[in-house]
Amino acid sequence: MANGISMARVEEIIDSYGAQRSNLIAIMQDVQAEYKYLSVPVLELIAEKLNIGVAKVYSVATFYENFSLEAKGKYIIKVCDGTACHVRKSEPIYKALKAHLGLEGKQKTSADGLFTLETVACLGACSLAPAMTVNDEVYAKMTPESAVELVESLKKKEESANG
Amino acid sequence: MAELTRTEFQALRAEAEQLLARQKRQVLVCGGTACIASGAMKVYDYLKAECEKRGIQISVDLKHETEGDGIHLKKSGCHGFCEIGPLVSIQPQNVLYTHVKVEDCDEIIEKTIIGGEIIDRLLYKGQGMTCLNRDEIPFCKNQTRVVLRNSGLTDAEDMLEYIAKGGYSALEKALFEMTGEEICKTMTDSGLRGRGGGGFPTGRKWESVRRNVADVKYVVCNGDEGDPGAFMDQGIMEGSPHSVIEGMAIAGVATDATEGYIYVRAEYPLAVQRLKAAIAKAEEAGLLGDNIMGSGFSFHLHVNRGAGAFVCGEGSALTASIEGKRGMPRVKPPRTVDQGLWAKPTVLNNVETYANVPLIVLNGAEWFSNIGTESSSGTKVFALTGNVVNTGLIEVPMGTTLREVIFNIGGGIKDGKKFKAVQIGGPSGGCLTEEHLDMPMDFDSLKKVGAMIGSGGLVVMDEDTCMVEVARFFMNFTQNESCGKCVPCREGTRRMLEILERIVKNEGTLEDLDMLEELSATITETALCGLGQSACKPVISTLKHFRNEYLAHVVDKHCPHCNGSPKVLKIDPDKCKGCTKCKRNCPMDAITGEVKQVHVIDTEKCIKCGACVSGCPFGAIQEV
Repeated sequence: MANGISMARVEEIIDSYGAQRSNLIAIMQDVQAEYKYLSVPVLELIAEKLNIGVAKVYSVATFYENFSLEAKGKYIIKVCDGTACHVRKSEPIYKALKAHLGLEGKQKTSADGLFTLETVACLGACSLAPAMTVNDEVYAKMTPESAVELVESLKKKEESANG
Repeated sequence: MAELTRTEFQALRAEAEQLLARQKRQVLVCGGTACIASGAMKVYDYLKAECEKRGIQISVDLKHETEGDGIHLKKSGCHGFCEIGPLVSIQPQNVLYTHVKVEDCDEIIEKTIIGGEIIDRLLYKGQGMTCLNRDEIPFCKNQTRVVLRNSGLTDAEDMLEYIAKGGYSALEKALFEMTGEEICKTMTDSGLRGRGGGGFPTGRKWESVRRNVADVKYVVCNGDEGDPGAFMDQGIMEGSPHSVIEGMAIAGVATDATEGYIYVRAEYPLAVQRLKAAIAKAEEAGLLGDNIMGSGFSFHLHVNRGAGAFVCGEGSALTASIEGKRGMPRVKPPRTVDQGLWAKPTVLNNVETYANVPLIVLNGAEWFSNIGTESSSGTKVFALTGNVVNTGLIEVPMGTTLREVIFNIGGGIKDGKKFKAVQIGGPSGGCLTEEHLDMPMDFDSLKKVGAMIGSGGLVVMDEDTCMVEVARFFMNFTQNESCGKCVPCREGTRRMLEILERIVKNEGTLEDLDMLEELSATITETALCGLGQSACKPVISTLKHFRNEYLAHVVDKHCPHCNGSPKVLKIDPDKCKGCTKCKRNCPMDAITGEVKQVHVIDTEKCIKCGACVSGCPFGAIQEV
């Protein structure tokens, strides 16, 4: 175990693809789907099993937007900033969330580890713009106020679950 | 995997047709991404549970027959009119309910499903009319649906229903009645051109691959629909996954390729799921895999998920990504048709292109070439979004004018505002303005005015949109997505973005505009791939059509769209003592007033130099 990631499970995923180099992206996608990010030991294990350099694995992991080398929050919020959402004012939603979660500069994950805030180029839900997703569930026709409300309701849910 | 002979397939089709004909009562809940986001699956689940509770027989696929009064409950593909979702259509009443919520379901079951009565409040109301069904809604009736013909009308997940409506019959024809050469010739004669943006003739592409000799060839489908504001391919992959699969298999037959890959962007989880399920079903039935319909031809299909890189929509980057590498384009030639995936001859087409193929094989080249214009045949699916009344997926013949699309189908500009421009083809396209409203939209006409059909995104912008901001937005997008391999794109777009950011903040200079033009020309000429070469199109076209908006930012330092209505200097009558100092200080003679009387500034003459403000001993003058 390293940072909550089971290396045995990672190995299982790699083996399910027959440890083939061409499946590097699919393997990393599956690992990330379970643990939300890729740790250095994960990259090293993949490199070893696929018999390629760690640098190769790292180069692919950093090339694609979807891979994260950092741990993420429990709720991953993606505010769509595709063209249609942009012209229907998605930026104020992002800014409102950022301020509400107390994120500064390039910080993406809130201090309590609950929320990670990102943008996404297009969710294909343009007719419901502006749209956002929380852990891949799409929320349509958002406003800065309704987005903050949504975050608050998730926070409350967490609090009542913990308290 | 089942072995299925041609005769068995024909029997299966006959059976499916009969089953479908027997289906009288249908309830179709739209299962597209947008309707699901609006709560369509809750409606589906509730209808299913509630009907079962009331003892109404429900079946969820074609094979599963109901006795007597049972109803078929289906998840349909996207109707395209996502804004009014979740949509539920009910047969035989032929009624389409809009904005359906779980709370409406009991009434729908009682009144419409059982009672056959129509609920007026759930009907579409707009543009001064109430519409019973899709055929009456102006947004829908002004379209020509070919690729999307079944979307919204059939169960997206039911392969048998696809077969009942003629599906896989084109593959049968291609396998048994046509040679590879004949298939390629049919594509060429039909005039089908690539729907992914380039508009390259499909037949010529296939013929090149067919003639190439190799131990293995590939068929690849580009479903990496990265253009922000475009979701045509999403609609097709979700709504009619089998048509894409069939089109690819036919490409395989034509070129003797035996392996296929569909590359879908990661942001479309539902499309991935539907495609995978559809492939599994087709394999199970013997319509994919080894020895299809006993013809001796084998075709295996795989789905790859993208990982969030716009550049992977470029052919050589896409194939690199399938190989598990960084998705970076390479120098061409060699072209994909000669050395594509794993350096083997590869047919690479877009989702919509493949979806057209079965229809062309079945109906013939002439049928297809009669739709659209002479040089651009067929229809095109567009994603109509932005500041327009009706947003959604639409399909029209090539050559339809922008005016028809925006005003007849789209219902005009939102909130009664004025039309300003439409961005076509995403960040690689250009903007079209009022002067282009009556121009036919086809590959060549658009190319002439510096735009392109691209994949088909149409983002409408109203009079309140700042076009400089739009150009900055697209440059920001392209800059973020630049893969970094070639200098012109990596460095050039960064410099252009810096300049545009400066201009938007009203800190730009006239030299900046020249620099933008120079950089655009250089990047367009020298970038490695299509993404870089077209990266500057939004800047070039906004500079051409909306130069005055750049000048507002650069010269006036005030953009009415970004900075609101211009500020003026005003004298507070309560504070003014009539000392006449401001009047004397004003270089423009814009201030009038007598001694000991309140003075007034003529805003027409005022140049806002501020001399009066700093000179006023009473602090009476302020910008408001």
